[in-house]
Amino acid sequence: MSDPISALQGASFQGFASVREIGPVGMITLRAKGLKSLEKAVKSVTGTKLPAQRRIEVNGDRACAWMSPDEYLLMLPYADVRTALTSIAKSLAKEHFLAVDVSDARAVFRIEGEKADQVLQKLSPVDFETLQPGELRRTRAAQVAAALWQQDDGYTLVCFRSVASYVMGLLVHSAQPNAELKS
Amino acid sequence: MLILECPYCGVKAEETELSPGYEAHLKRFGPGSSPEEFEAYMFARKNPKGVHFERWRHTYGCGKWFLAARCTATLEVFGTYPAQVSEPPPEIIEKIKARRPDWKGFK
Repeated sequence: MSDPISALQGASFQGFASVREIGPVGMITLRAKGLKSLEKAVKSVTGTKLPAQRRIEVNGDRACAWMSPDEYLLMLPYADVRTALTSIAKSLAKEHFLAVDVSDARAVFRIEGEKADQVLQKLSPVDFETLQPGELRRTRAAQVAAALWQQDDGYTLVCFRSVASYVMGLLVHSAQPNAELKS
Repeated sequence: MLILECPYCGVKAEETELSPGYEAHLKRFGPGSSPEEFEAYMFARKNPKGVHFERWRHTYGCGKWFLAARCTATLEVFGTYPAQVSEPPPEIIEKIKARRPDWKGFK
């Protein structure tokens, strides 16, 4: 198998917060609603429970996020995606679902530092005051779709791979030294 | 600025996160209908100054279509509700009547 290459090959920037592209990250889009074995299928892949509305359940380097009433995003190490898909297919056999490997269709960024939220405040129409820890917010970053959530001492942002360099440009511009919204 | 709460994901989405879907609760007239009915279904749209029911899509969020009742003159939002209904739910009608006593009703 060829080596996975992330969109920007780990580009990074240090401004008033640090921005770096991480990845490749394994991602599976799971579309299913109200299935008996859904909880079990998710647990077998990420080891987490099924997230409630707008929540993300993190377990080390694995996570499961609620994307819409019938859509979940599973995150896991890139190399484990194939086995995970097999395990989902096994748990949900005879039920109506869709699970697709979207690892190579996405780019993932980490924005870290005390003022990481200010980098994103400039780009998205989101009230960061009311954004709970463990809440995933699907929104836009300037002109493109993105999903972001708070994790550890910063934020993780996921966007489409085709707009990775655009989003990196946004983040770098937003994180320029001395460009904070408030100190 | 218009802020609508998506009934599917509970996000208070700002207008730029949404796409407009224009008038809600249209009844489709397809094959077998009279030309007048079809023309009205195809082209005739309400354009009230006041209470209006609209379709919106939470494009940059969960991607679901939902319906909203709002006032076109003041941008007051009376409520949002899921799209799987053919008429506005009673609680939305109640809210509108409370705020606009002279409102002539949904039809």
